[in-house]
Amino acid sequence: MKTLSLFILIVCFAGFAWAAEKSLDPSAPDGLRKGGTLTETLPAEPIADEPRASGREVRNWPEQPPVIPHSIRGYQVDKRYNQCLTCHSRTAAPEAGAPMVSVTHFMDRNGQTRSAVTPGRYFCTQCHVPQTDAEPLVGNGFKSAEEVIVGEGEDSK
Amino acid sequence: MKRLRHYWSLLRRPSVHYSLGFLTLGGFLAGIVFWGGFNTAMEATNTEQFCIGCHEMKVNPYDELKTTIHYTNRSGVRATCSDCHVPHDWTDKIARKMEASKEVWGWIFGTIDTQEKYEEKRRVLAEREWQRLKANDSLECRNCHEFEFMDFTQQGPRAARMHANALAPGQDEEGATCIDCHKGIAHELPDMSGVHQR
Repeated sequence: MKTLSLFILIVCFAGFAWAAEKSLDPSAPDGLRKGGTLTETLPAEPIADEPRASGREVRNWPEQPPVIPHSIRGYQVDKRYNQCLTCHSRTAAPEAGAPMVSVTHFMDRNGQTRSAVTPGRYFCTQCHVPQTDAEPLVGNGFKSAEEVIVGEGEDSK
Repeated sequence: MKRLRHYWSLLRRPSVHYSLGFLTLGGFLAGIVFWGGFNTAMEATNTEQFCIGCHEMKVNPYDELKTTIHYTNRSGVRATCSDCHVPHDWTDKIARKMEASKEVWGWIFGTIDTQEKYEEKRRVLAEREWQRLKANDSLECRNCHEFEFMDFTQQGPRAARMHANALAPGQDEEGATCIDCHKGIAHELPDMSGVHQR
């Protein structure tokens, strides 16, 4: 009896040791912080820099909302005030040297052009974003309109 | 009236019990204590801790300040409430402190003790500050941001152009000052309809 219980105890311990060796901590999905396991908390990447003035970028297709070539830290865009329009509004743009918001922003849902930016196009950052120096998270096979057209031309040859 | 006359004659008579040395030295020491105490108490009302001791200051303007560059930035040089809202000059400071009695009134009667009331008065409060800064040529900005020492080559091209053309003394016929463009840098802006923006 005594030897049997001792045997069972040893088996149990061996079992525990085996289970402990086999990890119960599977690897985490590759999200923003790559690598690591589910229970691990990896340090965050440094926050990407927002350049103060990066210069205007070429649009990749005609309808692309142009990206913002300057920092917009602390810009207030809400019911009370739209700070972007301080420079980009129709009246302020020439003096500020900023491009005026496109005329499509003045059109209401019936295509009627209004005198001010319509509520539907009021919140700039819904479409326009500043560019940071961050590396793309995943690979991207995007081709601009020109590249696609050139490629098609080659295919048909 | 009779008592007043009595005190007046008492003041005019030479001292009987106290020596001249005691009176002058005592007066001098009492003066130091009084002046030091007065200034210490006034400085205490200039601290951020004092300002946000009131609920309405803590949850409204202070909370809005927290996301701005005047609260937190890379080098840790920051502005507290009084740096922008109280003149540094002594006489102007005293004048502002006397004005602040109206703020005590507002605190007692809770003029802005809810978010809704604050929102309602936001434009009024903002306009008062714009007016003050316009009138003193943005003195509280210039206590730290001195035009003479701005390096335009380190500024963005647009900022450099604006500062060199509008802000430079004698360049602008209207006499532009910091607050003309830099509104809402430390707190959220009110409804700006009708406000002339440069």
